[in-house]
Amino acid sequence: MTLEKLGTVPLYGVGARVRVRRAAPLGHIRTPFYIRGHAGVVERICGAFPNPEELAQQRDGLPAQPLYRVRFRQKDVWPGYRGGASDVIELEIFQHWIE
Amino acid sequence: MRKETGSYQPYSYFQLMEISLRELLVEKGVVTEDAIAGAMAAMRERGPERGAAMVARAWLDPAYKARMLADGSRAAEELGFEVPGLRLIVVENTSDTHNVIVCTLCSCYPRMLLGLPPEWYKSRPYRSRVVREPRKVLAEFGTKIPPKVQIRVHDSNADMRYMVLPLRPAGTERWSEERLAGLVTRDCLIGVALPQIPKKPKSRKS
Repeated sequence: MTLEKLGTVPLYGVGARVRVRRAAPLGHIRTPFYIRGHAGVVERICGAFPNPEELAQQRDGLPAQPLYRVRFRQKDVWPGYRGGASDVIELEIFQHWIE
Repeated sequence: MRKETGSYQPYSYFQLMEISLRELLVEKGVVTEDAIAGAMAAMRERGPERGAAMVARAWLDPAYKARMLADGSRAAEELGFEVPGLRLIVVENTSDTHNVIVCTLCSCYPRMLLGLPPEWYKSRPYRSRVVREPRKVLAEFGTKIPPKVQIRVHDSNADMRYMVLPLRPAGTERWSEERLAGLVTRDCLIGVALPQIPKKPKSRKS
Protein backbone atom coordinates (compact mmCIF):
# COMPACT_ATOMS: atom_id res chain seq x y z
CA MET A 1 0.00 0.00 0.00
CA THR A 2 1.70 3.18 -1.10
CA LEU A 3 0.83 6.76 -0.41
CA GLU A 4 0.75 7.50 -4.13
CA LYS A 5 -1.89 4.86 -4.87
CA LEU A 6 -4.15 6.10 -2.13
CA GLY A 7 -3.66 9.73 -2.91
CA THR A 8 -3.34 10.53 0.80
CA VAL A 9 -0.87 13.33 1.25
CA PRO A 10 1.18 13.48 4.42
CA LEU A 11 0.98 17.02 5.76
CA TYR A 12 4.12 16.77 7.88
CA GLY A 13 7.67 15.88 6.96
CA VAL A 14 10.44 14.21 8.95
CA GLY A 15 11.67 16.64 11.60
CA ALA A 16 8.39 18.54 11.82
CA ARG A 17 7.19 19.42 15.31
CA VAL A 18 3.66 18.11 15.82
CA ARG A 19 1.18 18.02 18.68
CA VAL A 20 -1.18 15.13 19.42
CA ARG A 21 -4.83 16.15 19.77
CA ARG A 22 -6.17 16.19 23.28
CA ALA A 23 -9.50 14.47 22.81
CA ALA A 24 -11.38 11.54 24.29
CA PRO A 25 -13.68 10.07 21.65
CA LEU A 26 -15.28 6.71 22.31
CA GLY A 27 -14.33 3.60 20.37
CA HIS A 28 -11.24 1.67 19.36
CA ILE A 29 -8.52 4.32 19.57
CA ARG A 30 -4.86 3.52 18.90
CA THR A 31 -3.61 6.81 20.39
CA PRO A 32 -2.82 6.12 24.05
CA PHE A 33 -4.18 8.59 26.59
CA TYR A 34 -0.74 9.32 28.03
CA ILE A 35 0.48 10.95 24.83
CA ARG A 36 -2.59 13.04 24.01
CA GLY A 37 -1.85 16.77 24.15
CA HIS A 38 1.93 16.27 23.94
CA ALA A 39 4.26 17.63 21.26
CA GLY A 40 7.06 15.72 19.55
CA VAL A 41 9.05 15.51 16.35
CA VAL A 42 8.29 13.32 13.31
CA GLU A 43 10.98 10.63 13.20
CA ARG A 44 9.73 8.86 10.07
CA ILE A 45 6.62 8.37 7.95
CA CYS A 46 5.53 4.74 8.17
CA GLY A 47 3.14 4.81 5.22
CA ALA A 48 -0.63 5.10 5.13
CA PHE A 49 -3.01 2.70 6.86
CA PRO A 50 -6.78 2.35 7.07
CA ASN A 51 -8.15 4.25 10.04
CA PRO A 52 -8.41 1.68 12.88
CA GLU A 53 -11.29 3.57 14.47
CA GLU A 54 -13.30 2.98 11.29
CA LEU A 55 -12.11 -0.61 10.83
CA ALA A 56 -13.37 -1.41 14.32
CA GLN A 57 -16.83 -0.33 13.17
CA GLN A 58 -16.73 -2.75 10.20
CA ARG A 59 -16.08 0.09 7.74
CA ASP A 60 -13.23 0.20 5.22
CA GLY A 61 -11.18 2.87 7.01
CA LEU A 62 -10.51 4.69 3.76
CA PRO A 63 -9.05 7.07 2.83
CA ALA A 64 -6.02 5.61 4.58
CA GLN A 65 -4.38 7.92 7.07
CA PRO A 66 -0.67 8.72 6.94
CA LEU A 67 1.00 7.17 9.97
CA TYR A 68 3.90 8.96 11.61
CA ARG A 69 6.53 7.76 14.01
CA VAL A 70 6.75 10.62 16.50
CA ARG A 71 9.53 11.05 19.06
CA PHE A 72 8.70 12.71 22.39
CA ARG A 73 11.05 13.73 25.18
CA GLN A 74 10.32 11.67 28.27
CA LYS A 75 10.64 14.66 30.58
CA ASP A 76 7.92 16.43 28.57
CA VAL A 77 5.61 13.43 28.79
CA TRP A 78 5.98 12.45 32.44
CA PRO A 79 6.12 15.10 35.17
CA GLY A 80 9.05 14.34 37.44
CA TYR A 81 10.57 11.82 34.98
CA ARG A 82 13.62 10.25 36.57
CA GLY A 83 16.13 9.21 33.98
CA GLY A 84 18.42 10.74 31.39
CA ALA A 85 17.44 14.17 30.08
CA SER A 86 17.87 12.82 26.56
CA ASP A 87 15.55 9.82 27.07
CA VAL A 88 12.73 9.62 24.53
CA ILE A 89 9.58 7.66 23.81
CA GLU A 90 8.31 7.00 20.30
CA LEU A 91 4.79 6.21 19.17
CA GLU A 92 2.84 5.83 15.96
CA ILE A 93 0.42 8.70 15.49
CA PHE A 94 -2.17 8.83 12.71
CA GLN A 95 -2.46 12.12 10.85
CA HIS A 96 -6.01 12.73 12.03
CA TRP A 97 -4.69 12.73 15.61
CA ILE A 98 -2.26 15.56 14.89
CA GLU A 99 -3.37 19.15 15.29
CA MET B 1 -21.11 -16.50 42.96
CA ARG B 2 -21.88 -20.22 42.91
CA LYS B 3 -19.39 -22.32 44.76
CA GLU B 4 -17.71 -24.87 42.50
CA THR B 5 -16.83 -28.28 43.78
CA GLY B 6 -13.95 -30.54 42.85
CA SER B 7 -11.30 -29.40 40.39
CA TYR B 8 -13.75 -28.27 37.73
CA GLN B 9 -13.19 -24.65 36.73
CA PRO B 10 -15.85 -22.86 34.70
CA TYR B 11 -14.70 -21.11 31.55
CA SER B 12 -14.05 -17.41 31.83
CA TYR B 13 -16.12 -14.99 29.79
CA PHE B 14 -13.46 -14.61 27.10
CA GLN B 15 -12.66 -18.33 26.94
CA LEU B 16 -16.33 -19.01 26.40
CA MET B 17 -16.52 -16.34 23.71
CA GLU B 18 -13.47 -17.81 21.92
CA ILE B 19 -14.92 -21.33 21.98
CA SER B 20 -18.33 -20.15 20.77
CA LEU B 21 -16.82 -18.13 17.92
CA ARG B 22 -14.49 -20.96 16.90
CA GLU B 23 -17.30 -23.53 16.88
CA LEU B 24 -19.51 -21.21 14.86
CA LEU B 25 -16.79 -20.63 12.27
CA VAL B 26 -16.21 -24.37 11.94
CA GLU B 27 -19.94 -25.08 11.78
CA LYS B 28 -20.43 -22.52 9.02
CA GLY B 29 -17.48 -23.90 7.08
CA VAL B 30 -15.38 -20.71 7.28
CA VAL B 31 -12.44 -22.63 8.77
CA THR B 32 -11.78 -26.23 9.69
CA GLU B 33 -10.56 -27.66 13.00
CA ASP B 34 -7.48 -28.90 11.14
CA ALA B 35 -6.68 -25.43 9.80
CA ILE B 36 -6.92 -23.97 13.33
CA ALA B 37 -4.73 -26.71 14.79
CA GLY B 38 -2.24 -26.19 11.97
CA ALA B 39 -2.07 -22.44 12.52
CA MET B 40 -1.56 -22.96 16.26
CA ALA B 41 1.21 -25.49 15.65
CA ALA B 42 2.92 -23.12 13.20
CA MET B 43 2.73 -20.32 15.76
CA ARG B 44 4.26 -22.50 18.46
CA GLU B 45 7.05 -23.48 16.08
CA ARG B 46 8.14 -19.91 15.42
CA GLY B 47 10.63 -18.64 17.95
CA PRO B 48 13.15 -15.88 18.53
CA GLU B 49 15.79 -17.91 16.65
CA ARG B 50 14.60 -16.14 13.50
CA GLY B 51 15.28 -12.69 14.91
CA ALA B 52 18.59 -13.93 16.32
CA ALA B 53 19.65 -15.14 12.88
CA MET B 54 18.92 -11.70 11.43
CA VAL B 55 20.97 -10.01 14.15
CA ALA B 56 23.96 -12.32 13.64
CA ARG B 57 23.87 -11.69 9.89
CA ALA B 58 23.68 -7.92 10.48
CA TRP B 59 26.69 -8.08 12.82
CA LEU B 60 28.75 -9.77 10.10
CA ASP B 61 27.43 -8.06 6.99
CA PRO B 62 27.17 -4.22 7.07
CA ALA B 63 25.27 -4.17 3.77
CA TYR B 64 22.64 -6.54 5.20
CA LYS B 65 22.45 -4.41 8.34
CA ALA B 66 21.76 -1.31 6.24
CA ARG B 67 18.99 -3.14 4.38
CA MET B 68 17.56 -4.41 7.68
CA LEU B 69 17.41 -0.92 9.19
CA ALA B 70 15.77 0.39 6.01
CA ASP B 71 13.15 -2.39 5.72
CA GLY B 72 12.97 -5.00 8.47
CA SER B 73 10.31 -7.18 6.83
CA ARG B 74 12.24 -7.46 3.59
CA ALA B 75 15.41 -8.32 5.51
CA ALA B 76 13.52 -11.15 7.25
CA GLU B 77 12.33 -12.47 3.89
CA GLU B 78 15.88 -12.27 2.58
CA LEU B 79 16.85 -14.95 5.12
CA GLY B 80 13.93 -17.10 4.03
CA PHE B 81 11.51 -16.22 6.85
CA GLU B 82 7.94 -15.79 5.74
CA VAL B 83 6.40 -12.84 7.55
CA PRO B 84 3.05 -12.13 5.86
CA GLY B 85 1.54 -8.86 6.97
CA LEU B 86 4.43 -7.93 9.23
CA ARG B 87 5.65 -4.32 8.98
CA LEU B 88 8.89 -4.56 10.90
CA ILE B 89 11.04 -1.66 12.06
CA VAL B 90 14.45 -2.69 13.42
CA VAL B 91 15.92 -0.25 15.94
CA GLU B 92 19.65 -0.27 16.52
CA ASN B 93 21.39 -0.11 19.87
CA THR B 94 24.62 1.90 19.82
CA SER B 95 27.11 2.95 22.47
CA ASP B 96 24.91 6.06 23.00
CA THR B 97 21.41 4.60 22.61
CA HIS B 98 19.47 1.71 24.11
CA ASN B 99 16.09 0.67 22.67
CA VAL B 100 13.26 -1.17 24.38
CA ILE B 101 9.92 -2.32 22.97
CA VAL B 102 6.46 -2.34 24.53
CA CYS B 103 2.83 -2.31 23.46
CA THR B 104 0.95 -0.23 26.02
CA LEU B 105 -2.47 -0.78 24.43
CA CYS B 106 -2.43 -4.57 24.14
CA SER B 107 0.39 -7.00 23.31
CA CYS B 108 1.54 -6.21 19.74
CA TYR B 109 4.71 -8.16 19.08
CA PRO B 110 6.45 -9.37 15.90
CA ARG B 111 5.00 -12.89 16.32
CA MET B 112 5.72 -13.80 12.71
CA LEU B 113 9.37 -13.43 13.57
CA LEU B 114 9.74 -14.02 17.32
CA GLY B 115 6.85 -16.38 18.05
CA LEU B 116 4.57 -15.91 21.03
CA PRO B 117 5.34 -13.05 23.42
CA PRO B 118 6.32 -13.90 27.00
CA GLU B 119 3.65 -13.50 29.67
CA TRP B 120 5.37 -10.51 31.30
CA TYR B 121 5.32 -8.63 27.99
CA LYS B 122 1.52 -8.81 28.07
CA SER B 123 1.26 -7.90 31.76
CA ARG B 124 -0.07 -4.57 32.95
CA PRO B 125 2.92 -3.82 35.20
CA TYR B 126 5.40 -4.09 32.29
CA ARG B 127 3.19 -2.22 29.84
CA SER B 128 2.43 0.65 32.20
CA ARG B 129 5.83 0.97 33.89
CA VAL B 130 8.39 0.59 31.10
CA VAL B 131 7.12 3.74 29.38
CA ARG B 132 7.48 5.96 32.44
CA GLU B 133 10.35 4.41 34.35
CA PRO B 134 12.28 2.39 31.77
CA ARG B 135 15.59 2.46 33.64
CA LYS B 136 14.02 1.01 36.77
CA VAL B 137 12.23 -1.73 34.85
CA LEU B 138 15.38 -2.60 32.88
CA ALA B 139 17.35 -2.78 36.14
CA GLU B 140 14.79 -5.28 37.42
CA PHE B 141 15.64 -7.42 34.39
CA GLY B 142 19.30 -7.08 35.42
CA THR B 143 20.05 -4.59 32.66
CA LYS B 144 21.76 -1.46 33.98
CA ILE B 145 21.97 1.31 31.42
CA PRO B 146 24.53 4.07 32.20
CA PRO B 147 22.90 7.51 32.77
CA LYS B 148 24.67 9.02 29.76
CA VAL B 149 23.13 6.46 27.39
CA GLN B 150 19.84 7.60 25.87
CA ILE B 151 16.91 5.25 26.32
CA ARG B 152 14.38 5.05 23.53
CA VAL B 153 11.11 3.39 24.42
CA HIS B 154 9.10 2.23 21.41
CA ASP B 155 5.38 1.88 21.93
CA SER B 156 4.07 -0.36 19.14
CA ASN B 157 0.65 1.20 19.42
CA ALA B 158 -0.54 0.92 15.81
CA ASP B 159 0.50 -0.89 12.61
CA MET B 160 4.26 -1.34 12.87
CA ARG B 161 6.14 -3.99 14.86
CA TYR B 162 9.59 -3.57 16.37
CA MET B 163 12.73 -5.55 17.02
CA VAL B 164 15.97 -4.41 18.66
CA LEU B 165 19.33 -4.91 16.96
CA PRO B 166 21.61 -5.26 20.00
CA LEU B 167 25.26 -4.24 20.10
CA ARG B 168 27.67 -7.01 19.27
CA PRO B 169 29.55 -7.86 22.46
CA ALA B 170 33.29 -7.31 22.57
CA GLY B 171 35.33 -10.50 22.49
CA THR B 172 33.28 -12.13 19.74
CA GLU B 173 35.66 -11.34 16.90
CA ARG B 174 36.10 -14.31 14.54
CA TRP B 175 32.96 -15.99 15.90
CA SER B 176 30.82 -17.84 13.38
CA GLU B 177 27.39 -16.56 12.42
CA GLU B 178 25.75 -19.50 14.16
CA ARG B 179 27.69 -18.98 17.37
CA LEU B 180 26.86 -15.25 17.35
CA ALA B 181 23.16 -16.02 16.87
CA GLY B 182 23.33 -18.19 19.99
CA LEU B 183 24.05 -15.06 22.06
CA VAL B 184 20.87 -13.30 20.97
CA THR B 185 17.98 -14.18 23.25
CA ARG B 186 14.34 -13.21 22.97
CA ASP B 187 14.84 -10.63 25.73
CA CYS B 188 17.72 -9.03 23.78
CA LEU B 189 15.38 -8.60 20.81
CA ILE B 190 12.76 -6.89 23.02
CA GLY B 191 15.47 -4.74 24.58
CA VAL B 192 15.23 -5.80 28.22
CA ALA B 193 18.53 -7.71 28.09
CA LEU B 194 21.94 -7.43 26.46
CA PRO B 195 23.77 -10.31 24.77
CA GLN B 196 26.06 -11.96 27.31
CA ILE B 197 29.07 -14.10 26.55
CA PRO B 198 28.67 -17.19 28.71
CA LYS B 199 31.32 -17.30 31.40
CA LYS B 200 33.64 -20.25 31.01
CA PRO B 201 32.92 -22.79 33.71
CA LYS B 202 35.84 -23.10 36.08
CA SER B 203 37.61 -26.31 35.27
CA ARG B 204 40.63 -27.83 36.96
CA LYS B 205 42.55 -28.11 33.72
CA SER B 206 42.56 -24.45 32.62
